[in-house]
Amino acid sequence: MDFDFDPEAEAIRSEVLEFLATELTPELVEHLYRTGVSHEERFARSLGARRWIAPDWPSEDSAPLDPFSVHVLTDELNKAEAPVYATATTMIVARAIRAVGSEQLKADVLPLVVTGEITIALGMSEPEAGSDVASVQTRARREGDDWVINGQKMFTTNGHATNYVFLLARTSAEGPKHKGLTTFLVPVDGPGVEAQAVYTLSGERTNIVFYNDVHLDDRWRIGEVNGGWQALMISLQDEHSAGFSPHLARLLEETEGWAREPRGVGGEAPIVDEAVQERLTRCATDLEVAQLLEVRTTWMEANDVVPMAEGPMSKLYGTEALVRNAEDLSELVGPDGLRSRPDETALRGGRIEHALRFSLGTTIYAGTSEIQRNIIAERACHLPR
Amino acid sequence: MDLSLTDEQEHLVAAFSSLLAKESSTDRVRAAEPGGFDDALWRSLTEVGIVAMAVTEDQGGWGASMVDLALVAEQLGRAMAPAPAIEAQVAAGLLSSIGGRASRDLLHDALSGDRIVTLAVRPADAGVATLVPAGTIADVVLVLAGDRLLAVSMKGTKRRLIQNLGAMPLADVQVGPDSIELSAGPAARAGYESAIDRWLTLTSSALVGIASKAHELTCSYARDRHAWGVPIGTFQAVAHPLADSATAIDGARLLSLKAAWSADRDSPRHRELSAMAFAYAAESARQATYQGVHFHGGYGFMLEYDVQLYYRRARAWARVWGEPRAAFLRAARARYNQEGGI
Repeated sequence: MDFDFDPEAEAIRSEVLEFLATELTPELVEHLYRTGVSHEERFARSLGARRWIAPDWPSEDSAPLDPFSVHVLTDELNKAEAPVYATATTMIVARAIRAVGSEQLKADVLPLVVTGEITIALGMSEPEAGSDVASVQTRARREGDDWVINGQKMFTTNGHATNYVFLLARTSAEGPKHKGLTTFLVPVDGPGVEAQAVYTLSGERTNIVFYNDVHLDDRWRIGEVNGGWQALMISLQDEHSAGFSPHLARLLEETEGWAREPRGVGGEAPIVDEAVQERLTRCATDLEVAQLLEVRTTWMEANDVVPMAEGPMSKLYGTEALVRNAEDLSELVGPDGLRSRPDETALRGGRIEHALRFSLGTTIYAGTSEIQRNIIAERACHLPR
Repeated sequence: MDLSLTDEQEHLVAAFSSLLAKESSTDRVRAAEPGGFDDALWRSLTEVGIVAMAVTEDQGGWGASMVDLALVAEQLGRAMAPAPAIEAQVAAGLLSSIGGRASRDLLHDALSGDRIVTLAVRPADAGVATLVPAGTIADVVLVLAGDRLLAVSMKGTKRRLIQNLGAMPLADVQVGPDSIELSAGPAARAGYESAIDRWLTLTSSALVGIASKAHELTCSYARDRHAWGVPIGTFQAVAHPLADSATAIDGARLLSLKAAWSADRDSPRHRELSAMAFAYAAESARQATYQGVHFHGGYGFMLEYDVQLYYRRARAWARVWGEPRAAFLRAARARYNQEGGI
């Protein structure tokens, strides 16, 4: 056994930290937080120029990164709060297009995805369909060579800033509900598409997107008609370790930083207090476990080990640990923990306070904790459904 | 980064798993209560080198790595082995790190199986080492008293099994004036604390074994037991806590192995990681075995069902040293304080 990353992966870590030092300026961080949009075009193109949007894809001029290097790259970008949300959702869709899209769609879209020139948001959830995503009601009906789309999608984060939305729509009311779905790539600047801003607890902007008689050429269809469930499963199953431990690592580092600062003039640093040390160490232990569960999924991918429930375990643990520790450590720092990001008096740039608000979404999106537990109960505990 | 076991390690796990299936069945575990020692099992374990594997080759052992020992410890935990394997391994390792005739002779006897040498996992207080694991059956107990590491011979001493939650062979051991000093001063303390690091590491793996076996039993029960016409495992009130424990046990196993690996690498983080692993495994085993008893319903409360055996040991094997909080504090001192953190 070896729990260290290989030198190749560590080299990527140095490279990405160097990259972030120049590209992720304090002004950009401030801008990202104030707008609540974790996407910035120039940054996305800089990532693309390094082939870091699709690092595991082969290209003409560079070899694809191995899974551990991709893991380290993703970790460091997320830990630094780099604007990678839109490029990450883009890749989820790009994998589906690569697997089941038409040749024309692949040729039109994939080269520009890799360079960061086009981005794609996810249009799945609806007012009446969240975890039970197969029950979506947004309709796409055939009209000659076109499709006409009507409906409403919730939580299309970055849908106002990306070029396309990956839309899951109902194309048949017959049979089982997951067999009447089709996926499309919808240009967001077309007539009938309207994004309405929704502001969230974390400060992040998301959108409700309305589709009113949106006419879409059939060439924007991804995969088979009524084969949308398959396209969706491909995109999600290949989702590379979207680990949450980097957020936990940031929370711990910021709180440790707070604990090492002397209180008042000539005062002692909180870290000398055994009770403070204990709470920080509980978080550090959760961080170790979260990182190990995440790296296990990468190790399995690198070694072609068929996964059981390791992905859901990693997602469940990382996000629940984030919620638990954000609650505890934002209490640990005392009343000053109330000072909100981006107030200039906030502790540690407000990152401890922000972690509390940010954590709440993580156990909901990308499969709620309850959905993860259902999968684990079935696949790891072998319990009947 | 490599989370796979070598072929040798796979064989090691399989060999101990099959030995323990035979020599440490739950019937045998029950038969060994309340004394917590099965002599035939102990002889089988020493025959296959359970103590020798923990000592380096130049000291007469086999030089197994800590990862190897952790893998074996998980099997010992799964089988709730009524034998002081981890204490004997750690005691032998401690003896091999000390110079001097007395230590060498003791190590020789421990390796040959002539004498059982165990370790008091907490220092003596006012001349008594309390609740010493294997204290009822060991020939010699290694005890830290102040800054002296002593070998306390149990020959001819009166000792009494302390009835205890985990049916462990625990005894309070008097540190008599005829105890032999093996080392003294800061070196004695440092050696003892390193031994405790190893004991915490291996015990955390054993706790993972206890937890995972209890969890398997409970999942199996939740598949078979019906209520309102369906298996109780279909209820999310049952399934979701079991999913949480499945996750925690996997995490505890990985962290315990990382702690063992850090010892093999002489990592400066070994003390921190061993205490973290112990704290985390103790909490995970505590929760998994509580669920085990609870989801068995009234049967879980009956002595006849095996799940209670795991519940009691998940607590006792950890608490002879201390509660999880004490381990978090040990990890914290290693993480945040200078000078080795003790």
